[in-house]
Amino acid sequence: MGGNSNIKLIDDNGIRIDGRRVDELRPIKIEAGVLKRADGSAYVEFGKNKVLAAVYGPRECHPRHMQDPSKAIVQCKYNMISFSVNDRKRPGPDRRSVEISKIISEAFEYVVFTENYPRTSIDVYIEVLQANAGTRCAGLTAASVALADAGIPMRDLVPSVAVGKVNDQIVLDLQKEEDNFGQADLPLAIIPRTGEVILMQMDGHLTKAEFDIALEMGVGACNKIYALQKDALARRYAIEKVIDEADEPAVEQTVEG
Amino acid sequence: MEGGGREVVLPGDLLDSGKLKAGAGTYVQDGRIYAAQLGIKSVKANFVNVIPLGGRYIPSPGDTVIGKVVDIGPSNWFIDINSPYQAPLHVNEVPWRVDFGDTARFMNIGDTLLAKVLMVDETKRVQVTMKEQGLRKLQGGQVMEISYSKVPRVIGKGGSMIQMIKTMTNTRIFVGQNGRIWLDGDIESILFAIRAIKMIEDNAQASHLTEKVREYLESATKKVQVEASN
Repeated sequence: MGGNSNIKLIDDNGIRIDGRRVDELRPIKIEAGVLKRADGSAYVEFGKNKVLAAVYGPRECHPRHMQDPSKAIVQCKYNMISFSVNDRKRPGPDRRSVEISKIISEAFEYVVFTENYPRTSIDVYIEVLQANAGTRCAGLTAASVALADAGIPMRDLVPSVAVGKVNDQIVLDLQKEEDNFGQADLPLAIIPRTGEVILMQMDGHLTKAEFDIALEMGVGACNKIYALQKDALARRYAIEKVIDEADEPAVEQTVEG
Repeated sequence: MEGGGREVVLPGDLLDSGKLKAGAGTYVQDGRIYAAQLGIKSVKANFVNVIPLGGRYIPSPGDTVIGKVVDIGPSNWFIDINSPYQAPLHVNEVPWRVDFGDTARFMNIGDTLLAKVLMVDETKRVQVTMKEQGLRKLQGGQVMEISYSKVPRVIGKGGSMIQMIKTMTNTRIFVGQNGRIWLDGDIESILFAIRAIKMIEDNAQASHLTEKVREYLESATKKVQVEASN
């Protein structure tokens, strides 16, 4: 935001600088269960964003004083890796990542059945490998798939997307230039089945009418992302697996060795 | 009553909107039943359940578990039972007479034991006991871990699967409900048993699993015999 918007981010035909229409998402790729050591994991690409999410738990809550005798807490850690942006990002938590971690934790505390696991903590780690605007949405989308992959009971999967205002037009899924030189940015996350909004922030200004259009556009896009999340998990847990003969050579080696 | 239907469901999937009752791994909203967890849908006696495909083990009373001693107090041991909750084992719940402060002489940190979950209260405080036939400290052998949701497949119908692995590999095996498996025997046999169990875990959904595991074990043990005779 903040930048003046003389730059033409949308041409006369309504095409944005990366060739998308105003209501078009970036190409999205979701993969579940990519990490072996974590209880659940997911990898998500939103255009040029690359995000990895891992989930551990429910596990014993540390620090002890944070545990809640009636329910589990969700501890999320959003982190941008130093090479995720053009100028090297100074590693470690900063104001921005602490804020994002907090809102994502709170969003998940609403969807996860935390009362099933008193005194525990569910730890969600979101690592941004490459950033191009909209990383909190990509991170949330990934973390939600990772939570499901970890077998944690929850109301629904949570898709997330940002909507914004660029050159006085409402556009979906801002990319870097649009985020930097646009007029508004509105990340949101919903529970698709009920339409409940569990995360919403706004940077910049929108009129009531613009906000309504943006919300509608965002919810529509979330439903598309939701389908992709489901597809990713379905692929991972497809009932297939006829016993693989590839195991055999390994056995022979160990017998000889 | 559908038995063979193996449908993978995701959190938020609609399971039923009328006749059935909500079972484990589900939740109800506006009179409809939804899956709360990633798993396989199963309908049993008018209840819809979701059999989890992953997740952590949550103890319930009566479960036989394999635990590890992680801490010692003057009158109790703290047992890690592969769940988010540590379980205290009080000296009154062991088959020996232990004097106050003498706990470390009987079991020390790192020891493995076979125990039973005595009780779990509403805040998931767990207590375990060793005062029952067959429960004891496990000496020697080794412990492997699998997902607790795959334990029923490893045991098989009426223990058929685990019995077969035991006799074919000539090992002693205990399977805990918490996904820990203790094996003892000679190194090679343990290796085959571990591979067989890993195979069950990886292919838990496959049909005719017992036959496949038998085939594997037959070919594996045969190779050993051939090499021994050479």
